[in-house]
Amino acid sequence: MSVLLIEEVGPATSVQDLGRFGALRYGLGTAGAMDRFGLACANVLVGQLWNAPAIEVGPLPMRIKVQEGSVRLALSGATRSMTLNGAPVQMHETVCLAEGEVLVMRASKGGVFSYLAIEGGISGTPSFGSFSVHRRAGLGSPLARPFEGGDRLDVGSMQPGAERRLNLPKAVEGPVRCVLGPQDDYFSSEMIAQFFATDWVISATSDRMGYRLEGPPLTHARSPNIVSDGIANGSLQIPGNGQPLLLLADRGTTGGYPKIATVITADLGRAAQTPVGTVIRFQAVPIETAQAETKRFMQLVNQLPQLCQPIGQEGISSEMLFAGHGAGHATNALDPQT
Amino acid sequence: MLHDPALRILPCGDAAFTIEFGETVDPVLNARVLGLDDALALEALAGVHETIPTYRSLYVSYDPEILSFAALSTHLEQLAARTGPKPPSPRRWRVPVSYGGEFGFDLEEVAKGKNLTADEVVRRHVAGDYRVYMLGYMPGYAYLGGLDQSIATPRRNEPRLVTPAGAVMIGGVQAGIQCLEAPSGWHILGRTPMRSYHPHRDPLFLLEPGDAVRFYEVSLAEWHEMDKAAEAGERVAELIILSADQMAGGVA
Repeated sequence: MSVLLIEEVGPATSVQDLGRFGALRYGLGTAGAMDRFGLACANVLVGQLWNAPAIEVGPLPMRIKVQEGSVRLALSGATRSMTLNGAPVQMHETVCLAEGEVLVMRASKGGVFSYLAIEGGISGTPSFGSFSVHRRAGLGSPLARPFEGGDRLDVGSMQPGAERRLNLPKAVEGPVRCVLGPQDDYFSSEMIAQFFATDWVISATSDRMGYRLEGPPLTHARSPNIVSDGIANGSLQIPGNGQPLLLLADRGTTGGYPKIATVITADLGRAAQTPVGTVIRFQAVPIETAQAETKRFMQLVNQLPQLCQPIGQEGISSEMLFAGHGAGHATNALDPQT
Repeated sequence: MLHDPALRILPCGDAAFTIEFGETVDPVLNARVLGLDDALALEALAGVHETIPTYRSLYVSYDPEILSFAALSTHLEQLAARTGPKPPSPRRWRVPVSYGGEFGFDLEEVAKGKNLTADEVVRRHVAGDYRVYMLGYMPGYAYLGGLDQSIATPRRNEPRLVTPAGAVMIGGVQAGIQCLEAPSGWHILGRTPMRSYHPHRDPLFLLEPGDAVRFYEVSLAEWHEMDKAAEAGERVAELIILSADQMAGGVA
């Protein structure tokens, strides 16, 4: 066991895994990583399961120091520059820190959240199978709150082995894809077209609960209130003022405003990585496309370990691995033909 | 197979949908939601993750790698058509409340708006036979139906950014119990020491959708006593489980 000291940290930095499932019916939201792909990349680099708990680093700088033992870690997700004892080190590569060494991560650029995963993992006790910090619910492990300067956490000790680099697959670009609904019938077709035609700007008041989107307000064809119903991760809710709210990991489980569309699973991380003050655009896709994209996304996540290579032995093109991407072979309990 | 024209399946992205029985707050619709929720839980279908029963719809989250939208939505429609409403729950809670004053800072205003005394508003609130329609928004937040409509009061124009944990409140035709500090536009009549959610207690949650709730008034001194016990992990609120005979006899 080794010990990491959080010397300096901004707000919105906390331990996150995939999230907490099983108590939505009691109003307990999932929390979980804002960008699952970033979480997966960091975790596989240090030999953890892709959905293991890691440190989700918010947009501001962070400085950590190894206090006891030595650790191997990796940073993925939003790009930021990083130094180890003052010398630059790379993201998407494993980095070793001996006792007393200091890693500085600067503010994120072109994204929001980075993920710092540690070989051997973070010590803690899950609730509902998860370490994810959910501040309002008072849950999370090893701390039930975001990090503050001076926090210490027990982590795995570095094991013998070569350093690795992740050959990141080409990033998906273009508008964030959505499925219409559940309440698209609360809007005229003109308003739906306006929603998808607008360059929405992420408001400064955004947080892990949701991103406020600024742009020409939308109007409802019916009442802006509905009888409260369930809210998915990625719901695009339109309250009475017509300014959309993209609801994310720390959202409430239910709500009373119409939801025009929902971001597809494969694009949730991309949406969450849109920085404050920059533009996000949406595009509607059929649900069949969205589900096929989820399968592709999960195939990619499952292939990440094969995209990690010992440093100094690069050469295999990631294109070769993607050539194998076809339709999924997942079985369907209700659709025997699939 | 019965076809229910009011039944609608509304996609919530690629990994969840809402099956909607109607658009109103209605105990019959809510009983159908809970009936379907139980039937789905009994099936334990691979790929169905979890559900949120709400006033008039059931939110179903599922794994799109295992279940397609088309297959699961058709299956749910068929299951809903052959599933009846859930019978009334035998679970009845008696929930202590300290009304008015510092704890129920909107009581006087609600009373004034209705041309009633504060005591009369409390009497009508305590007399109500409430049903937990759903738990949602935040951990342990209970949305209740059954408010005496003579004290129903529209929500505040300016929601408060912070309202206290344990707030017992009314908003429009609804009543609610809030477990954690949160913003709210509802009117606060009092506070309960009960924690419907407590992160360090087993069980974490007390109230279930479909449970019956009655309130009773306690003094400030009793409240503080109960609050300490509740913080230490006691339920404080009393749970009565009616027998089949009592249920059949319609015991109030």
